[in-house]
Amino acid sequence: MNTIAIVDYGMGNLRSVSKALEYVAPSATVMVTSDPAIIRQASRIVVPGQGAMPHCMQALADHGLRQAVLEAAQNKPFLGICLGLQMLFEVSEEGNAQGLGILPGHVQKFRFETTADTGAQKLKVPHMGWNQVHQIADHPLWHEIADDARFYFVHSYFVVANEQGIIAGTTCYPAPFTCAIATGNIFAVQFHPEKSNLAGLTLLRNFTQWMP
Amino acid sequence: MGLAKRIIPCLDVNNGRVVKGVNFVSLRDAGDPVEIARSYNEQGADELVFLDITASSDNRDLILHIVEEVAAQVFIPLTVGGGVRKVEDVRRLLNAGADKVSINTSAVMNPALVEEASSRYGSQCIVVAIDAKQIASESPASTYWEVFTHGGRKPTGIDAVDWAKKMQRLGAGEILLTSMDRDGTCSGFDLALTRAISDAIDLPVIASGGVGNLDHLVEGIQQGHADAVLAASIFHYGQYTIQQAKQYLAQHGIEVRL
Repeated sequence: MNTIAIVDYGMGNLRSVSKALEYVAPSATVMVTSDPAIIRQASRIVVPGQGAMPHCMQALADHGLRQAVLEAAQNKPFLGICLGLQMLFEVSEEGNAQGLGILPGHVQKFRFETTADTGAQKLKVPHMGWNQVHQIADHPLWHEIADDARFYFVHSYFVVANEQGIIAGTTCYPAPFTCAIATGNIFAVQFHPEKSNLAGLTLLRNFTQWMP
Repeated sequence: MGLAKRIIPCLDVNNGRVVKGVNFVSLRDAGDPVEIARSYNEQGADELVFLDITASSDNRDLILHIVEEVAAQVFIPLTVGGGVRKVEDVRRLLNAGADKVSINTSAVMNPALVEEASSRYGSQCIVVAIDAKQIASESPASTYWEVFTHGGRKPTGIDAVDWAKKMQRLGAGEILLTSMDRDGTCSGFDLALTRAISDAIDLPVIASGGVGNLDHLVEGIQQGHADAVLAASIFHYGQYTIQQAKQYLAQHGIEVRL
C-alpha cells in the first residue's frame, strides 16, 4: 500500500500539502504525523517547512523527529519542500542554524545592492510569486512538466550546493539559484508544489508514483 | 525572464457568501465562494484574497469552512483577512488552509500582534493591509498619506510610509496597500502612494483601490512599482477575464504567468 507520511513538527500549516497529495493520489493513504514510528513505516515521506530555519531545526529535535527524518532520507522516496530542502544542507545563514548535513553546502540570504533612485524597480525580499523553473537534469519528478514552467515561491534564503551533480533545477532572481536538488531517493524543492496549480500537482503526482 | 507580476482578484465574503455579486455566465451560484474561487483559478488568477466582512461574531466561523473547502480544491495561494485580532485567529485561519493572513486594524491597535504572529508562523504568511488617504498640502513636498483603520473610518495620525517600514521591521512578509481616495472610483491606483511605499521597503507590495481598466494595472506595476495588483469589480462583473488582463500586461512588456 502507498502510504505517504507528511512530517509534522509544528512549523506551519500542512493542510495544503496533505490536500494536494490526496487530490493527486486518491488511493494513497496520506498522513500528517509527528510519530517517528509512522514515519518509519510509511512508503514515502514529505518534509515541508515554513518560517525560520533555527526554529525549524529546534522543533524537529523537540518532536524527536530528527533521527526518523535522517533515516527516511536514506531509504525511501523523500520529498523536501522549502525548509525541507534547506535543512538537508550543513548550515544556514539564518541564525547560523545547523541543518541535517545530509548534503554538502549551505543556505544563504538574497542580498541586492540598493539601487540609487534610477527609476528601476528594486528586487524584493522575500522572493514571492510565480517564477520559472529551469530543469537542469532529467528526472521522473519532472515528467510531463514543461521546462521553465512556473511554480510558486516564497522565501528569503536559498541553497548553495557544493556538488553540481545534485542540482535538478534552477530559477533566476536575478542570478540563477538552485531551486531543486535530486540525489538517489531524495528530491527537494524550494518552491511550493502544493500551491503551484497544475505544474505543482503534476510534480506531486509524479512523486507519489516515483520508484527510485 | 524571471518573477512574474501577480494578478489577484479579491472577494468580499459576508456570512459565508460572496457579496458585490460576481457575474460570470458560467456560474450556477453567483455567491458561492468555492465555485468562484475555482472559476478564477481556471482563468489563471495567481492568488486569491478573501476579505471577511461579516459583522456578526456568530457567523465569523463561516469563513473557516469556506477556506477549508477552497483549499481542498484550489491549489494556488489563498490570503484571508477581515477581523483578525489575535494570534489565535491567525492560527485558526492557517489551520483551515489559508496560506497568508491579512491584518489591518489590529496591526495598528496592537503592533505586537504582527511581531508575535510572524515569529510564530513565519513572515511569509503575515500580510499587513494598509488603508491610506492622501493628506494634501500646499507644497507637494509635504504631502503625505495617513493610515486609516476600521474600514477607513478612523484616522490614526500615522504616516503610511513610516508605518510600512515599521511593519517590515516587525516581521510582515507583504503589504496590501489600498488607496482610500481611489477605492471604488475606477480612476486607477494612487501611483504616487504605491511607489512611495514600494520603494521605501524591501517587501512585495500589492496595489489595491481604483482599478477601472487594464491600463490601470499596467500603470500600477510600471509607474507604481507594485509587485502584484489586486482588483475586484473589473473581474467580478466579467468586464475582463484574468487571462485578458495578463495578455494585456504581457503586451506591455510585463512578465506574467500565462
